[in-house]
Amino acid sequence: MTSTQHIEDVVRQQQEELSQLRAEVAEWRAKFEASRTRDVSYTNSATEVEPLYTALDLENSAGTAFETPGTWPFTRGIHATGYRGKLWTMRQFAGFGTARETNQRFKYLLAQGQTGLSVAFDFPTLMGYDADHARSEGEVGKCGVSISSLADMETLFEGIPLDQVTTSMTINGPAIILFCFYVAAAEKQGVPLEKVAGTVQNDILKEYMAQHAWCFPIEPALRLIVDMFEWCSTNTPSWNTISISGYHIREAGSTAAQELAFTLADGFTYVERGIERGLDVDDFAPRLSFFWDIHNDFFEEIAKLRAARRIWARHLKERYGAKNPRSWIMRFHSQTAGVTLTAQQPMNNVVRVAYQGLAAVLGGTQSLHTNSMDETLSLPTEEAVQVALRTQQVLAYETGVPNVADPLGGSYYVEALTDKLEAEAEALFEQINEQGGVVRGLEDGWFQKRIAEAAARQQWEIEQRRKLVVGVNEFVTDEPELTIPLLKVGAEAEAEQRELMAKLRQTRNQAEVTQRLDALRTAARGSENLVPFILDCARSYCTLYEIRAALEDVFGAYREPVFF
Amino acid sequence: MSRPIRVLVAKPGLDGHDRGAKVVAAALRDAGMEVIYTGLHQTPEMIASAAVQEDVDVVGLSILSGAHMTLFPRVHDLLVEAGRDDILLTGGGIIPKEDMAALEARGIGKLFGPGTSTQDLVDFIRAWFAEHKAQEA
Repeated sequence: MTSTQHIEDVVRQQQEELSQLRAEVAEWRAKFEASRTRDVSYTNSATEVEPLYTALDLENSAGTAFETPGTWPFTRGIHATGYRGKLWTMRQFAGFGTARETNQRFKYLLAQGQTGLSVAFDFPTLMGYDADHARSEGEVGKCGVSISSLADMETLFEGIPLDQVTTSMTINGPAIILFCFYVAAAEKQGVPLEKVAGTVQNDILKEYMAQHAWCFPIEPALRLIVDMFEWCSTNTPSWNTISISGYHIREAGSTAAQELAFTLADGFTYVERGIERGLDVDDFAPRLSFFWDIHNDFFEEIAKLRAARRIWARHLKERYGAKNPRSWIMRFHSQTAGVTLTAQQPMNNVVRVAYQGLAAVLGGTQSLHTNSMDETLSLPTEEAVQVALRTQQVLAYETGVPNVADPLGGSYYVEALTDKLEAEAEALFEQINEQGGVVRGLEDGWFQKRIAEAAARQQWEIEQRRKLVVGVNEFVTDEPELTIPLLKVGAEAEAEQRELMAKLRQTRNQAEVTQRLDALRTAARGSENLVPFILDCARSYCTLYEIRAALEDVFGAYREPVFF
Repeated sequence: MSRPIRVLVAKPGLDGHDRGAKVVAAALRDAGMEVIYTGLHQTPEMIASAAVQEDVDVVGLSILSGAHMTLFPRVHDLLVEAGRDDILLTGGGIIPKEDMAALEARGIGKLFGPGTSTQDLVDFIRAWFAEHKAQEA
């Protein structure tokens, strides 16, 4: 038998098998239609979903049949070893009150076996206001820790050697300033710059889109980000300069496909800005990282993470010409979806978080924050955080889930859904381009409107009981609600912080402060990289707001388009 | 019938979480009310002055930042100072039950937490309006 004949035989046999499968699926479909009682035909994001997936759904796609983990295009994960090389980093987001209080919480979390730190800042810090600014009144330390200068950053990491932990800082509008406080704090500990490792969120595009903690108008804000790409690539090579975030887009109401597409479109915009600056894409792309929201629809979330890796790899290589495989791979952090937690029957949240955490790990996350059961009511207590961390530890050490890389690879449903989300994202990229790109879309409110519409639709679905939420619109109990202890952040933090600020303003070298802020203003008017100037300001104990205000003198402030 | 109820939906303080405020504003509008949304990062002074200028019946604050014990009383005091204690000050967000009770004791509210149906807000505002304002309509 010739080889051509052999191939023809194999093809004929496959075609026969497929037509037999087609007949069987038709038969199954008839039985299904005759006896179905529950009409559940959509994923959480209103993507149509079939009641059964077979090889027919992958007729035009190989799925990942010819792919192994750690190889192009990385659908099945970025590491050949899966989680056998290294488990994901358990990174619980924490921060409240003063730097001193949060320092204690960090030490507690490290003692409990947490493997990385993640700083939650209060609203004044997120917006670039000092603790003693008039606009900060009532908000200091409430939703995170208050950091107004290098002095607070030093206290935050007192007794925690910065060459031995990696730190993630959720900060965007004034990210470059807080980054410089961190670098200056590491210098004071005697840690060499190349050993400083961690991440600043620094994703301003999604702030305009969804999270809304901005300082400057879009263009100068993008300049600051590219300044960090440039400076960090030579000075702090282990620092992740940005965490391009879908989390807040999803929490604000988007669907999974919108989260995927809008976030990746933001990522492409940063890459384009870096290239426009004249940087080599392979010099900064390896330090870009991502952050995803892990919502309730189990398989959709797993498929989203798999699709995200594949899309990023393809665009970086094929569209932006990246040659270094480290530029192609998408590393990401995940957090379970805060928006799915309910104030009613809060203990149920432990179960929601466990399923979401499982989805994140099956999707191949590099690090994970599991929410605490009490987070719709207040910041979490130590007990609630411990349960959330233990949820990850049970997943890691008891379930066997991390033993096999991408264990759902080859599932007809998961592969078909991965393909579908990829196609939906590509269609959304087209729409974004048609209406003028990401920046234009933000100025016109294009993204903001789509997110608000999706949020309104989800609320309507819940109120119409098209979507059931356990304990909220179904299985509601009449008995007095189970209460759990809550964390209280009092007004003392604000008073203490104000006092510290007053002392700082008296003891620092005022002439140096003025001179360095002036130098920053002058540099901001030109086109120099601003990191060294802000770092100098940080070293002289210029405050967060002083640095923000100096930049605002040159850049102006952002005005949001208001609508609902 | 009576004139439409006028509502100012406002986001005080530095908190950027506007999903709830926008969903509520759209739901009240769909229920036939005239709704003005302030946008983010408003000071209590800006909110009180908008409420007076726009001559609203209801001010709804959305606060998820933990600053509710500062911001609700501040807006309340400013409305009273402006001679507009006839305006209903209500709202919602991440607000512990004891704090809701303490604010209600000061004449603020009712306040609503996560998981509230927008129909409950519509019903509450309509009932309040029928009791306090219907005679002038």
